[in-house]
Amino acid sequence: MIDLTTGYLGLKLRTPIVASSSPICKEIGGILRLEDAGVSAVVLHSLFEEQIQLESGELDRYLTEGAESFGEAMNYFPELGSYNLGPEPYLNYVRKVKESTSIPIIASLNGVSTGGWIRYARQMEQAGADALELNIYYLPTDLEMTSQKVEEIYYDLVSHVKASVRIPVSVKLGPFFTAIANMAKKMDEAGADGLVLFNRFYQPDFDLDTLEVVPNLVLSDSHELRLRLHWTALLYNRIRPDLAITGGVHTAEDVVKSVMAGAKVAMTTSALLRHGPAYASKLEEDLIEWMEEHEYESILQMRGSMSAQSVAEPAAFERANYMKVLSSYTLKTTA
Amino acid sequence: MPRKQVTLDGNEAAAYVAHQTNEVIAIYPITPSSPMGEWSDQWSSEGKPNIWGSVPTVIEMQSEGGAAGAVHGALQAGALTTTFTSAQGLLLMIPNMYKISGELTSTVFHVAARSLAAHALSIFGDHQDVMACRATGWAMLSSNSVQEVMDMAIIAQAATLEARVPFLHFFDGFRTSHEVAKVEQLTVEDMRAMLPEDLIRAHRARAMSPDRPILRGTAQNPDVYFQARETVNSFYDGCPAIVRKAMDRFAEITGRKYSLFEYAGSPTAENVIVLMGSGAEAAHEAVDHLNANGANVGILKIRLFRPFSIDGFIDALPKSVKALAVLDRTKEPGGAGEPLYQDVLTALAERLDKGTLPFASPKVIGGRYGLSSKEFTPAMVKGVYDEMAKPKPKNHFTVGIVDDVTHLSLDFDASYTTEDPKTVRAVFYGLGADGTVGANKNSVKIIAEETENYAQGYFVYDSKKSGSTTISHLRFGPKPIRSTYLISQANFIACHQFTFLEKMDVLKFAEPGATFLLNSPFGPEEVWDHLPAPLQKTIINRKLKFFVIDAYEVAKASGMGNRINTVMQTCFFAISGVLPREEAIAQIKYAIEKTYGRRGDAVVQKNYAAVDQTLAHLKEVTVPAAVTSTVGFKPPVPAAAPEFVRNVLGVIFAGEGDTLPVSAMPIDGTFPTDTARWEKRNIALEIPVWDEKICIQCGKCVLVCPHATIRAKVVGRDRLDGAPPTFKTAEARWKDYKEMAYSLQVAPEDCTGCALCIQSCPVKDKSNPKRRAINMEPQMPLREAEAANWDFFLNLPEFDRDKLSTTQVKDLQLLQPLFEFSGACSGCGETPYIKLLTQLFGDRTLIANATGCSSIYGANLPTTPYAANKAGRGPTWSNSLFEDNAEFGLGMRLAVDQQTAYARELVQRFSGQIGENLAQEILCADQSTEAGIFDMRDKIEALKTRVNEMLAAGANGSAAALLDLLAVSDNLAKKSVWILGGDGWAYDIGYGGLDHVMASGRNVNILVMDTEVYSNTGGQCSKSTPRAAVAKFAAGGKPSAKKDLAMMAVAYGNVYVARVAMGSSDMQTVKAFVEAEKWDGPSIIIAYSHCIAHGYDMQFGLEQQKLAVQSGHWPMFRFNPALTAEGKNPFVLDCKAPSLPLDKYIYNETRYTMLVHSRPEDARRLLAEAQADVMNRWRLYEQMAASPGAGAAGKAAEGGK
Repeated sequence: MIDLTTGYLGLKLRTPIVASSSPICKEIGGILRLEDAGVSAVVLHSLFEEQIQLESGELDRYLTEGAESFGEAMNYFPELGSYNLGPEPYLNYVRKVKESTSIPIIASLNGVSTGGWIRYARQMEQAGADALELNIYYLPTDLEMTSQKVEEIYYDLVSHVKASVRIPVSVKLGPFFTAIANMAKKMDEAGADGLVLFNRFYQPDFDLDTLEVVPNLVLSDSHELRLRLHWTALLYNRIRPDLAITGGVHTAEDVVKSVMAGAKVAMTTSALLRHGPAYASKLEEDLIEWMEEHEYESILQMRGSMSAQSVAEPAAFERANYMKVLSSYTLKTTA
Repeated sequence: MPRKQVTLDGNEAAAYVAHQTNEVIAIYPITPSSPMGEWSDQWSSEGKPNIWGSVPTVIEMQSEGGAAGAVHGALQAGALTTTFTSAQGLLLMIPNMYKISGELTSTVFHVAARSLAAHALSIFGDHQDVMACRATGWAMLSSNSVQEVMDMAIIAQAATLEARVPFLHFFDGFRTSHEVAKVEQLTVEDMRAMLPEDLIRAHRARAMSPDRPILRGTAQNPDVYFQARETVNSFYDGCPAIVRKAMDRFAEITGRKYSLFEYAGSPTAENVIVLMGSGAEAAHEAVDHLNANGANVGILKIRLFRPFSIDGFIDALPKSVKALAVLDRTKEPGGAGEPLYQDVLTALAERLDKGTLPFASPKVIGGRYGLSSKEFTPAMVKGVYDEMAKPKPKNHFTVGIVDDVTHLSLDFDASYTTEDPKTVRAVFYGLGADGTVGANKNSVKIIAEETENYAQGYFVYDSKKSGSTTISHLRFGPKPIRSTYLISQANFIACHQFTFLEKMDVLKFAEPGATFLLNSPFGPEEVWDHLPAPLQKTIINRKLKFFVIDAYEVAKASGMGNRINTVMQTCFFAISGVLPREEAIAQIKYAIEKTYGRRGDAVVQKNYAAVDQTLAHLKEVTVPAAVTSTVGFKPPVPAAAPEFVRNVLGVIFAGEGDTLPVSAMPIDGTFPTDTARWEKRNIALEIPVWDEKICIQCGKCVLVCPHATIRAKVVGRDRLDGAPPTFKTAEARWKDYKEMAYSLQVAPEDCTGCALCIQSCPVKDKSNPKRRAINMEPQMPLREAEAANWDFFLNLPEFDRDKLSTTQVKDLQLLQPLFEFSGACSGCGETPYIKLLTQLFGDRTLIANATGCSSIYGANLPTTPYAANKAGRGPTWSNSLFEDNAEFGLGMRLAVDQQTAYARELVQRFSGQIGENLAQEILCADQSTEAGIFDMRDKIEALKTRVNEMLAAGANGSAAALLDLLAVSDNLAKKSVWILGGDGWAYDIGYGGLDHVMASGRNVNILVMDTEVYSNTGGQCSKSTPRAAVAKFAAGGKPSAKKDLAMMAVAYGNVYVARVAMGSSDMQTVKAFVEAEKWDGPSIIIAYSHCIAHGYDMQFGLEQQKLAVQSGHWPMFRFNPALTAEGKNPFVLDCKAPSLPLDKYIYNETRYTMLVHSRPEDARRLLAEAQADVMNRWRLYEQMAASPGAGAAGKAAEGGK
C-alpha cells in the first residue's frame, strides 16, 4: 500500500495534491466536486481588500450621483437594506464551505492596508478557515520604492498577521525578488508557516487594433514548473516553513517532481480548469501508478530527494545556463 | 414614555402614518408626492408591518387613473387602502373620487398640493389641484407643517372610518412635503388608539364578497338618481363634528390640540386673515410679531375645508372682527372669487340672513398668494394687514408679485422681518454634484436630534439637470419654527463653489456681523483679491467674519473626489458653534456611519478622513479695510441678445425672476425659441480640444454630443479672413471639397464636459494612443479664446444641404442642429436623438412632447434648446400632458392635414386667377426630397405674392377665401409631426393613446427615448425596465421581462418600427430616422438612451449601448411597411446574434450590481431568466427576419384585392 499522506502547515493531508485558488473554488458545488475527486485540501479564491474598497466606492458614487440635485428626483435608486460590501460574503462562504466539506480549507487574503490584512485574517480564522494563505500580490511600480522597502513591507505584514491569528499562515510569493533565498529566510523569521512558490502575475497583452492594453492571464503549462522546482530544491531543508509549489503542476510527474524538489504539497489550478475538477482523481491515480512503477512506498520517501541538498550535483541548481555548454562533465567534477 | 423626536420631511411624515394604517397602497409617481410612495415601497420591501402586524401591499400602477381604480377596487373588496399624488395626477383620480365618495367609502388620499399645468407646467406648490377636487364630495383636511402632516394623517384616517366620507389630506408641495423638520413621532399605540377596531370591522363588513353578494355601481335613471344623491347629506352634516372629535381624541393621546378652524392672535382683533396651508404659519409668525409691536390683528387657519362648517368658522372668529382678508393659494379665472373667499362670504351671508352673526357684518376682501411656491413672507402678511386698514382696500388682490397690468397686487415693505435673533439662520450655496444638500440634511438631523433646538431645512433646486445649483436654507433655534419662507437675513452663509462668486451675489442675504464660509482654491492671504468688488464691499460694510478652506484639496486628499460635503459640513459645525466642536465631530461621524455604513466601510472611512483633515485647513481671513477689486458680477446676458432675452429671460438667469412684473410675461405661455444660446452656464471643468492633425473628420463626436456643443463646418478658405488667432481648420476630407476648410469647434461656455465625444472618437494618436483627435483639457485657460472662436464659427455659413447625403454620418455633422445646450444631464443618452431629428427635419417639425425629462430639458424656463435656422425656421414645440402625448401629436397632424387639404382646395378653386402653371406646380409637387420641399416653399411665396395682388385688386368678392388661403398656405409645404417622450409615457401612462395613434394610420413619427425607467421623477420602475434591474418599486430586481413595445407595434403591419442604439450603430439610427419620416403613415422609433438612473459613468454610454446590442438585450431592427409593398420582408435585423453573455453588459451598471450585492441568489436567478429572455427573443426575431417576403405573388394578390 503506497502512502500518499503528507503534512502541510501542520495539517495532515491525504495526498500532496491540493487545489489552488481558482474559479472552481468560488462555488460550493465546485469544491464538493474537488473533494469528491480526492484533492487533499483547497485554497479558496482570495478576498481582495482593494476590490471591497473599489466596489464600495463605486456603489456609493453611483447611488449618490445626481442625487439631491434636481427637485423632481431626490435620488435615482431605492435604498436596499444591505449591500454585503464588506468581507461578510467571503466569510459566510468560508463558513458554508467548512460546513459542507471535511477537507482542510485554506482561506486566501490579499490586503492593501495593514489594518485590513489583520482584520480580515482574524475574521477568516473566526469563520473556520483551517489555515490562511497571504496572497501578497504587490507590484512595486513606484520608481522610489526600493527592494529593501518592499521586503520590509512583506516582513511587517507577515509578522503582524502571524501575531494576530492562531491558525497557520503561509505566504504566496512572486519570483521577482533580487534575493529570493534571503527573502524566504525573512519570511521564516517573520513567522510564516509555509511558503507558496510562486504567484503568477497578471499578463497584460496589447490589442494592436485598438491600441489598448488588454487584461489577460493565460493558463499555465508544465514548463512553468521548472522555476518553482528550482527554488524549492534550493530552499528545501534550509528554512523552517513548509514549501508548496503552485504554477505548472499539470501531471502526476509534475507532482512527483514538486515533492522531490522538497514541496510538501503540489497545488494545481490550470489543469483543473482545463480538464475539470474530476481531473484531480486522475492525477492521484497516475501518481500511484508512477510510484508503483518506480517502486516508491511513500511521499515521504521521495520528498526533497532532488533538492539541492540531496542531488549528486547541487551546482546544477546554482550555475548559469551558459556554464553547461562548456562541458557537462565539468559540473560533475566541480560537485 | 416620551415619544421619539425625529427629523423628517412632510412626505415621510405622511407616508409613516399611511403605511402603518393601510393594507393596500396603489400609487403612481408624480412630483412632489413621489417620495411618499417610495417610502411605502421601501418599508414594505423591508417587511415593515402596519399597526395590525401585516405588511402592506404596495403596487405601482401605470397612471394615477390606474392607481385610483386599483384603490377603488381594493376599497370595495374591504382593504384599508390609500394613495399619494399631486397636481395632474390628482386630476386623473377625480372620476374615481366621485365614485368613492358616492359610495361613502372610507379612505384617505395624501396629497402634496401642487400647481396645475395651465399656461405652463409647474412642479411647485399651491392649492390648484386640491381645489379642483372640492366638488368630488371628499372631506379636505389641510396640514400646515411637517408635524401637522403626521398628526392630520392619523386624524383623517380616524375621521374617515367614522364619517364614511373619504378624506383628501393635503399639504403644500415642496414647502411642506420637502421641508425637513424635527417632529414628535406618533407611536404604534397612538395610531391604534386613534382607530377604533369596530369601525375598521364595519369598513370590512361593507366589502363585496360572494359570501354575501351585493350590487353596487348601478345605472340610475331620472326617476331616482336625484333622490339617491341626496341620501348622503347627513354624512356630510355629521362629518365636521366627527373630525373635531378625532382631533379631541388626538389631543388626549398626544397633547397636541387642533380644531377645525384655529384662531391665533389678539382676542380683540379687528382685522383677521383667513387662509390654509403652510402660508398660515408665516402669517401666524407675522401676527405674533405685529401684535408684540402694538398691532391688534388675528389669523384664522382653516384645517377642515370640506365639509365647510359654517358655524365652526363663524364661532372661531373673534367677536371684535371688522374686516377679513381671505387668502387663497389658487386661482379660478373668471370666478366670482377664489374658493375659500366664496365660502367665507357664503358663511357670513347665511348667518347674517339667519340673524345669528355674532358680530357686525365685516368687510371681506379676497386675495391670491403663493402660486407655484411663490414666496409668502411675514412682510407680505403685513402688506395685507396694511391694505385692510385702508378705507378702500383692494379686493381680489394678489400679494407677492408686481401686477402692473391689472394692478391687483399689493405693495409691501420687503424689509419687514420677523426672524428671531436667537435662531441660527444659515444659507448654503452648492452644486448638486458636491453633496451639499445631503450634508445639510444630516446637519439638520444632528442638531434636531442631539440638541434641544428646533430645526428646519428647506432646499431650493434649479431647473437644470446638469451643473445645477442648490441653495439650502437651515434654521435652528430654541423656539418652534413657523418660518415657512426662505431665509433673507442669514447669520451664516456658506458658498461651496468659488465659481458662483462671479455669477451671483451670494452675500445678498448676509445680515451684519454674519459669518461667511467660502470653499476657495485661494488661501486666506490671496483670496481677497479674487473676490468681485460687490462682495468685498458687502464683507467690509456688514463686518462679516470670513473663513476659507480649499475643500476640494481636502476632499481629494481623503479619497472623496469632488464630494466636498463632509468637509464643508465639518467647517459649518466648527465655525457656527451650534454644538461643541468635539461633540459635533462625533455626531458628524455617527451620521456618516448611519448614512453610508451600508455602502461599505471604505466609504465610511474616507468620510471620516475628510472630517479629520478639515479643521487644519480651515482658515479665517483678515478682512482688509478697503475694496481692491475692480471687477463686478458677470452680466447674465450678452448685450447682443434680443430684447426679450435681455429684459425677461436674463432676469431669470440672474436669479431675479421674482422681480419680473406681470407685464413681462407672455399672456398665453408662448415663448420664443432659440434662447438657450444666450445662457452661458460655464459648468464644464474640462472641454474637448480638437487635434486637427490626426482627425479623420468622421463626425461621430458631433453626432453624439448631447448638448450640440461640438460642431463642424466646411467653408471656403476665403471665409476664414479675420479668424481669431487660435481658430483651427484642416483641409476638408471630402473628395469634392478638398479645397475647402474643415472646422471642428467647441462651445466652451455651453459644454457640460461629459466626454462622450472623446469616447466616440475612433482615432488614436499612433505615438501616444491615450490621445485622440479630441481630448479633454481644462476649460478655464481656454474659455476666452475658444469663446471668440465659437462666435467666429457661428458666423461662418452653413453648408449647402442639397450637397449632403442625409444618410451619411460624415455629412450629417454639417447639418445645423436646431436643438442645442439643453439643461439635460451631462452625457444624456436621449438628447443626441432629438438633436439628430432637428438636424434632419428641424425646419419642418412640429413636436408634441410628453411630460418628463425631455419636456423639462426641452422647455424649463428660462430658456429652450430648440433653435431656429437663419431663415427663422425650426422646430415648434409644445407639451400637453404626460398621458395624452400621442393623441396631442395626432391632433397636430390632423390640423396640418386639414389645413393642407383646405389650402389645396383653395389653390384649386383660384387656379385660374393664381395662374394654372403655379397652381399645378403646387398641387402636383413632389416633396419626397428636401429639394422638393425647398422648391415648394418658393412656390408658396410666389402664391402669397399672387394672392396679395389679387386682394389688392379687389378680389371680386373672394377676399375672405383668399385671406384664408394666405393663412393656411404654409401648410402646402411638407410638415413633419414628431411625438417625443420617454418609456414612462410610451410603455405605461400613455400606452393606450399611443396604441390608438399607431392604429390611426396617420403620418406621425413617434420617438420613444427609452431609459428603461422613470428618469425624471427619480428612477421608478416602468414596464420597460428589464428583468433583474433594480428600480424604485422593483427593489428586489424587476421580476418580469421588459415589454416588447416594438413588436407590439410591428403587429399592426402598417406601422414603421425601428429599435435603434446610436452607440452601437449610428448609421442604422440615421437610416431609421430617415425612413420613419419618409413613411406616409405612423412610425415609431424606440431609441436606447443611457441614463444617470443606470448607475455608471455616462461617458461610457456609447460603449454600454454597444454591449447592450452585442449581448442581445437590445436587438436592433427596422420594420418597414414600404418593403411589404415591394414584396419584400419588412423585418430587417440590423445586428448579429448575441455574442456576449448578458452579465458582461448588465454588470457594468449599478441598477443590476446593487442586486448582486444585496441579494446575490435572486440576482443569479434573475440573470439566468433574463439571459433566457434574450435568447428566446432572438430566436423569434431571427425567424421573422428569415421569412421570405410576399414576393411577386404577394404583390399580385394585393393587387387582386
